[in-house]
Amino acid sequence: MSKEEGGSAVKSPGAEPTLGTDPFEDTLRRLREAFHSGCTRPAAFRAEQLQALGRFLQENKQLLHDALAQDLHKSAFDSDISELIICQNEINLALKNLQAWMKDTPASTNLFTKLDSAFVRKEPFGLVLIIAPWNLPMNLSLVPLVGALAAGNCVVLKPSEISRGTEKVLAEVLPRYLDQSCFAVVLGGPEETGQLLKHKFDYIFFTGSPRVGKIVMTAAAKHLTPVTLELGGKNPCYVDDDCDAQIVANRVAWFRYFNAGQTCVAPDYLLCSPEMQERLLPALQSAITRFYGDDPQSSPNLGRIINQKQFQRLRALLGCGRVAIGGQSDECDRYIAPTVLVDVQETEPVMQEEIFGPILPIVNVQGMDEAIEFINRREKPLALYAFSNSSQVVNQMLERTSSGSFGGNDGFIYMTLPSLPLGGVGHSGTGRYHGKFTFDTFSHHRACLLCPAGLEELNNIRYPPYSHSMQELVRWALGSHSCTLL
Amino acid sequence: MEHEVQRVRQAFLSGRSRPLRFRLQQLEALRRMVQEREKDILAAIGSDLCKSEFNAYSQEVIAVLGEIDFMLENLPEWITAKPVKKNLLTMLDEAYLQPQPLGVVLIIGAWNYPFVLTIQPLIGAIAAGNAVIIKPSELSENTATILAKLLPQYLDQDLYIVINGGVEETTELLKQRFDHILYTGNTTVGKIVMEAAAKHLTPVTLELGGKSPCYIDKDCDLDIVCRRITWGKYMNCGQTCIAPDYILCEASLQNQIVQKIKETVKEFYGENVKESPDYERIINHRHFKRILSLLEGQKIAFGGETDEATRYIAPTVLTDVDPKTKVMQEEIFGPVLPIVPVKNVDEAINFINEREKPLALYVFSHNHKLIKRMIDETSSGGVTGNDVIMHFMLNSFPFGGVGSSGMGAYHGKHTFDTFSHQRPCLLKSLKREGANKLRYPPNSQSKVYWGKFFLLKRFNKEKLGLLLLTFLGIVAAVLVKAEYY
Repeated sequence: MSKEEGGSAVKSPGAEPTLGTDPFEDTLRRLREAFHSGCTRPAAFRAEQLQALGRFLQENKQLLHDALAQDLHKSAFDSDISELIICQNEINLALKNLQAWMKDTPASTNLFTKLDSAFVRKEPFGLVLIIAPWNLPMNLSLVPLVGALAAGNCVVLKPSEISRGTEKVLAEVLPRYLDQSCFAVVLGGPEETGQLLKHKFDYIFFTGSPRVGKIVMTAAAKHLTPVTLELGGKNPCYVDDDCDAQIVANRVAWFRYFNAGQTCVAPDYLLCSPEMQERLLPALQSAITRFYGDDPQSSPNLGRIINQKQFQRLRALLGCGRVAIGGQSDECDRYIAPTVLVDVQETEPVMQEEIFGPILPIVNVQGMDEAIEFINRREKPLALYAFSNSSQVVNQMLERTSSGSFGGNDGFIYMTLPSLPLGGVGHSGTGRYHGKFTFDTFSHHRACLLCPAGLEELNNIRYPPYSHSMQELVRWALGSHSCTLL
Repeated sequence: MEHEVQRVRQAFLSGRSRPLRFRLQQLEALRRMVQEREKDILAAIGSDLCKSEFNAYSQEVIAVLGEIDFMLENLPEWITAKPVKKNLLTMLDEAYLQPQPLGVVLIIGAWNYPFVLTIQPLIGAIAAGNAVIIKPSELSENTATILAKLLPQYLDQDLYIVINGGVEETTELLKQRFDHILYTGNTTVGKIVMEAAAKHLTPVTLELGGKSPCYIDKDCDLDIVCRRITWGKYMNCGQTCIAPDYILCEASLQNQIVQKIKETVKEFYGENVKESPDYERIINHRHFKRILSLLEGQKIAFGGETDEATRYIAPTVLTDVDPKTKVMQEEIFGPVLPIVPVKNVDEAINFINEREKPLALYVFSHNHKLIKRMIDETSSGGVTGNDVIMHFMLNSFPFGGVGSSGMGAYHGKHTFDTFSHQRPCLLKSLKREGANKLRYPPNSQSKVYWGKFFLLKRFNKEKLGLLLLTFLGIVAAVLVKAEYY
């Protein structure tokens, strides 16, 4: 820990890059000043902000449904269960538990600190940045926001410019509900975001692709800003021979084609034996017909691809392997049919990138061991699924692989449990959130020890000079058998 | 370098480091190493920092032994899956957090407490089931050498390796891919480490530094205060990341503080501090010169003697220090204690908040309200009130910085957690598919109603209410099933 190169130990809050042309400077300075004033610290203020956020959701239901329908062709039901209700639940949870979360956590003391008061204080970091993606644009903007506000931070929210409907509502309507001295929405594409990232934040919460995750972390490194990166990957879904094909097909299909496959935790590809594949294909077709009818394009329950760029990318993937189910697409509608591909090679593009669309490739393996080997050769995914009647198989899959989260015999239904955090590992991300985990993510956990001002005699043992007898005494007192007391 | 890292990765992939029994064995072996080779370890630390055996033992070895014992005792519990609260939808399922190792972790040690700052993270990394590459600081050469010699003699030679070297080797090492990097050092290199980690999306724990302020209120027992500060400041010749870096107090207290520190220094180190076996030396000439330059133009109240040949700098106190001078611009990391007079606690708080968040903050006062205010209105990695350093000693505390003093934390279970992935798992059965019909399209208004019923209500309250609602849930599921068949 040698000297600070570059001199000044006095920090200049937020004012780093180009003068004048920086559109964010004023906003960031204003928010930082507000944070320094301490206005976000009292529980009452935070609760008020959370309540206001709740009102935003309740009073603008139609607007929000319309925005999500515009962006992703989402039905009101899907919007509710995957976005709005979840946000509301998070707000309710935070409001209910705010006092408890904010409380200092007592720490257990040891022999030498028995007479002290020891606790961990949860402190806001300061000015935090939330960068949200387009696939669950409301959920992935507001759920982190709930935790950031509950933790007492000032927040800059940068919604995705790709989900334009949601971006508009968040930019124009949301700020009216929150205290604008402590909260701001900033807009822009990759260039503006790059400029934004040059500024110093006290925490950055990013949801998006691993590629951009690297850019965000690199920018954060320049200011030593801690980050949470909710990224993605190819989520494997292993289907054992020992299971009911229709039930598995129902569950896999629902989670794969929900939101037209544009979900970071959706099963990305299937691993199963050729025999299982034979049983699954008709079952998958049956599930798809049941969910979306004979003409999925006219089903109100099937989403659309967010934009042309993604649509073109996905359409190209339809050429991989062989189309067993679906495969239709409609450019004007950005529609891609719920599709299953078979005879897929590992080297093909559909197995090289996160699909993020309503396409499910099936890769054949000869059993669980081969599946595990296949999975472990690749980057750690955000989610991993294993279907089997045998709990042994499910547990083996769990123990011998690594992933952000794990679902046995179902898809990402675990997302409804706020007691389970969401987060990646390796290339699928770092950090986690949901419920209390979001509050903890946006808090600095400060260790505080309050020692008695007197009782100095007890300290004499630690002061030099260390006579020989004193040394022996200390060695004995702190010796191996009593080290646990420390 | 790449070859070495690959070898360690292969060892991890073999799965050897995962079973509890193996981890406990390795920790026990590490313990044996520390006990059997104590003399060698103490001698190495001693020659790096001119430290007495006793000091090396009490400052470093003790903490390591304590940490190992703590791990051995608690690991069997920590390694188990932790069930989490469920809701109505997942009532009949298994939901838990399963800790899993990350893979290959890199620990970059520091030179000021070269043994404990490398081994304490190692202990947690082993406990969490990882493979580990250790890169001790090249500045504490003897410790680096002894670690490279001893670790392979006691620990698994493929899973835990020591790589020594300077800037060049470290840069090469940082190009490789790890699953977590824990770095202890300065902010400049901290940024370099994080940037290198970003290329692989590797999470980092950075234990950095800063200027840890120490506020002395007029309402306190100055005798006691000055003893405690003297102990914490001049320990290891000031080369402690959480040493009180500078003092803030009202001008009227300065002279007394100087006097009492002077007396305490004499009591601790004798008339001729240079001859005290308990007083260390500066690590190398570069730092010696650096600290010397901080004294230029300052009012030396006492101390200030130096001896370049032995890298000796006497315990020194500066008074009426101008905040704009060099000594207040960088972390001192030496036995020089500036006193910056402030009018009152308000000014002290402003002073602290104008600067980067420090690793530690100290406040001395009989007034409990004042201490509370200091904590409430500032931020720092950690705090000790009415003493210094001590919050480091509690292994139930997370130890780490905030802002430019670092990110992440470790010690005790926090090290285990740092080096683990706490994987959320939800295990259902393939039965009860009827209940799922609720979520499958095509959707209808009644489904929306039931969906909201199940999702909006949270049932984590009294068990009685839970039972009642479970019953309701089953009834509802049956009704829905009946409706949709």
